[in-house]
Amino acid sequence: MAEQISKPRSFQEIILRLQNYWAGKGCAVMQPYDMEVGAGTFHPATTLRSLGTKSWAAAYVQPSRRPTDGRYGENPNRLQHYYQYQVLIKPSPPDLQDLYLGSLEAIGIDMDMHDIRFVEDDWESPTLGAWGLGWEVWCDGMEVSQFTYFQQVGGHDCHPVSGELTYGLERLAMYVLGIDHVMDMPYNDPQTEIPLSYGDIFRQTEEEYSRWNFDVANTDVLLKHFEEAEEECESILDHPYVDPKTGKRIVMAHPAYDQCIKASHLFNLLDARGVISVTERQAYIGRVRALAKKCADAFVQTEAGGYSEE
Amino acid sequence: MPDLLIELFSEEIPARMQARAAEDLKKRVTDGLVEAGLTYAGAAAFSTPRRLTLALEGLLDKSPTVREERKGPRVDAPEKAIEGFLRGAGVSRDQLEERDDKKGKVFFAVIERPGRPASEIVAEVLENTIRNFPWPKSMRWGAGSLRWVRPLHSILCILTNDAGEAEVVPMDIDGIKSGNMTEGHRFMGAGRFPVSGFDDYVAKLKRDRVILDPAERADHIWQDATNQAFACGLEVVEDRGLLTEVAGLVEWPVVLMGEIGAEFLDLPPEVLQTSMKEHQKFFSVKNPKTGRIERFITVANRETADHGATILAGNQKVLSARLSDAKFFWENDLRVAKSGMHQWTDQLTNVTFHNKLGTQAARIDRIAALSREIAPVLGVEPDLAEQAAKVAKADLSSEMVYEFPELQGLMGRYYAEAAGLPAEVAAACEEHYSPLGPSDDVPAGDVSKVVALADKLDTLTGFWAIDEKPTGSKDPFALRRAALGVIRIVLAGDIRVHLDRFIDSQLLKHKINLNHLGASEGEIEALEETLDEIAEHGVFGAAFHAVIERLEGKDGAPDTGDGSLLRTVGDAVPDLSTDLLAFLHDRLKVHLRDEGVRHDVIDACLGMPGGDDLTLLVKRAHALGGFLKTDDGENLLQGFKRANNILTQAEEKDGVEYSFGADVKFAETDEEKALFAALDRAQADITPAMQSEDFEAAMSAMAALRAPIDAFFEAVQVNSDNDVVRRNRLNLLARIRQICLGVADLTRIEG
Repeated sequence: MAEQISKPRSFQEIILRLQNYWAGKGCAVMQPYDMEVGAGTFHPATTLRSLGTKSWAAAYVQPSRRPTDGRYGENPNRLQHYYQYQVLIKPSPPDLQDLYLGSLEAIGIDMDMHDIRFVEDDWESPTLGAWGLGWEVWCDGMEVSQFTYFQQVGGHDCHPVSGELTYGLERLAMYVLGIDHVMDMPYNDPQTEIPLSYGDIFRQTEEEYSRWNFDVANTDVLLKHFEEAEEECESILDHPYVDPKTGKRIVMAHPAYDQCIKASHLFNLLDARGVISVTERQAYIGRVRALAKKCADAFVQTEAGGYSEE
Repeated sequence: MPDLLIELFSEEIPARMQARAAEDLKKRVTDGLVEAGLTYAGAAAFSTPRRLTLALEGLLDKSPTVREERKGPRVDAPEKAIEGFLRGAGVSRDQLEERDDKKGKVFFAVIERPGRPASEIVAEVLENTIRNFPWPKSMRWGAGSLRWVRPLHSILCILTNDAGEAEVVPMDIDGIKSGNMTEGHRFMGAGRFPVSGFDDYVAKLKRDRVILDPAERADHIWQDATNQAFACGLEVVEDRGLLTEVAGLVEWPVVLMGEIGAEFLDLPPEVLQTSMKEHQKFFSVKNPKTGRIERFITVANRETADHGATILAGNQKVLSARLSDAKFFWENDLRVAKSGMHQWTDQLTNVTFHNKLGTQAARIDRIAALSREIAPVLGVEPDLAEQAAKVAKADLSSEMVYEFPELQGLMGRYYAEAAGLPAEVAAACEEHYSPLGPSDDVPAGDVSKVVALADKLDTLTGFWAIDEKPTGSKDPFALRRAALGVIRIVLAGDIRVHLDRFIDSQLLKHKINLNHLGASEGEIEALEETLDEIAEHGVFGAAFHAVIERLEGKDGAPDTGDGSLLRTVGDAVPDLSTDLLAFLHDRLKVHLRDEGVRHDVIDACLGMPGGDDLTLLVKRAHALGGFLKTDDGENLLQGFKRANNILTQAEEKDGVEYSFGADVKFAETDEEKALFAALDRAQADITPAMQSEDFEAAMSAMAALRAPIDAFFEAVQVNSDNDVVRRNRLNLLARIRQICLGVADLTRIEG
């Protein structure tokens, strides 16, 4: 019987416990990527590092934006900006399920009182040209995480296979803390001198972004940005591997991938503005996927991607 | 005789794959063992979320020794031939025997394959099974390259002898070594334990909170669920598929019943049921007195100190969040419905049905117009049919159907009722999709039937117009189902309708839409004029030519020459129409064959006039089928064939067609005269019978020809030396042919 673990009292305490837990399991605790993304998977620490043969273990919080999910801060569960906790270990360790369950215990979920289930859910990201098999993890009927064994990313077979865990932090925390509306959730310790709720911090921004996402964002500008990002991504990758100035082999996979991320987010914004028809939608997704594939092709030509001169 | 126990222990196997996987494991292993000579007395396979298990009883402990003799070349054959034989048989020179044969001394190789121990064979067969397992989807994990549905963790493989002693069958598959160990429930088990045989295995699993047999788990769930519901005066809504799935999600089922918040009880029961089933895998529990769904059953995978209270509370909370969504959709939708659904139909102008066939809104307009045209056939008021068609698909824009596509149609009915539309219209919203499959009923209401026919005919003609017909196993737009739907609605309602006309005009409408952009001035108008002509006169060819004639010679009229748009469309429509009718006939043949009607009987009726009137066609086929089962029918068929054969041969030889002019005055024998009289009588009976579509009467009149025809052939030689007499007889035979072929094409009947 594991020692009784105290219940966390705030959103940030849950994040801190996850950070500590995965640090203790040997993951590099990384920071969020400094760009707008739709999910933690887009962080290069996942997308690019799941490629190639080198071992990898990373954990991080990733702020994620889904413009279409904006509800002006009114819906108890839906946000256009939210946090994901992401773990990626390559090769996937044989006890990954147990490691994952340990993380739930670390944030105060008592395995003896709850019903944890692994329910089939295959993951696919059409924009990243990626797919994997795994489950959604249920706790008492609620989905608390995605658990995926990556099989392909950017059109490349994953060898070795990475194990990916994604926690929807707000939803998980609301369940653990017993909160019904996300905006009511204590963000820091409610006993502290200046207690702040999730709503104190994010209600206003949810409103502002919902309005901008749905009605104000200049679609001509977004469209132009999309094409520029696409063009820039391709032009970066068109440069020869050897840098004429330093004479070194420098494949610019990451700068190119930044442009791919940008294009992907711009597409999401355009989608939220309702200017992309059903038929066009597929074409846009295809364009982003083409970029992701090129970036993946470039990454495996880098040292981090397992390339070596010999 | 040892028993074999195999368990493949992995991370969670998708519930929908478990039953099939257990069967595949059994089949592949037993097939492999039997092929290697290891027979067994009994086999059983089981699955849980984390394991596939196979138990074999009474396995041979070794495969039998097999002796095989192979005849080789003659002793004096060239050295090369002998060497080839040695290689092929896998023996050395000194193992060959010389034997006397008819051709002299010949080499024989006697190959003896000694039996092999069971353990060796099992290891080979199991490894082969694991490496080639037919999972619908499989994956790799870690740094390995082995594929399984999810990571495979351990292999238990033991042979247990009669004394109950177990021996591990050793193997190593990509680092996974077989053993005699397994484990029980993920959370309630006590770690890994050894197993000595199947009974021990089942007992220890149960001790560690795993019920191995999925059927036992399902029984347990169903018993407990119905008991708990019964105790509250309620009943569980039966759902076999859900029960199987849920039994595949748990190793130790614990049934918990919870309440649905009062604020949700007014949602339509189908919405509650669908939401709970799809999202949460809950069973619905209804009050038999009111029919309302009031509670839910969830199945947990463990026992807890608080008897499931925490688990149930969590599930209830998730359900409330889900149903809040559903309630939100329902209330928003009702508002739109009560304001007349225009918002939804307007939205369908932005939804593409198919990139060549246009938007859903355009499709609905076509279906509505066609519904107006079909309505009189069923005695339905055209305005009512049009109104029904206009709203029948409005619910596709509703929030509820966006969330739960499987509720399309049903929600349409609720919303149409809420909008205060006529009951027939509301019914059509739900029923016009039917029949969806062979087991689905055809629509009950006449308005529903009209809209259903219009919907299906528009779909069929549309995809025919753009040449997207089903090929082989590919039928992405479910056109076979649409065709069968048309057939079943027409036949079930005894509906008398000539489909040709509707098919022609609908094909033409699609062609007009498809050519709208590229057409020159006047062309579309001319085609639309043709549509009006069809509506009035009903025949495409005549309508089209009338329009063309009017255009020709007129100043500024569009081009009507070869290769012009008008000609191309004018040529395409009849071809497509014929092809689509043939497709309907093919589906009809399959449908009637399933009802026991012979395919040649159908063939004999397909080519008869009015083949686009399916009800008439089937009536004829049934009458003919019944007729051919009688003695008279069978004999008449033989008589007809004999007459037809003689006639065909004579026509080929003489190069003429005998069809007219038989005269009784050239008749020589009584039998010949009798046949003349019989034909006159039959003709007099058959003509009015055919006119009133009384096929039974026509065929029984035809049956009366049997005796005179038989007597005629008995007594008369057709090919007389007298040419006048011969010709007269051939013309007489032609009358038989003509009368019979007027009823059905008997040349298509086999035998």
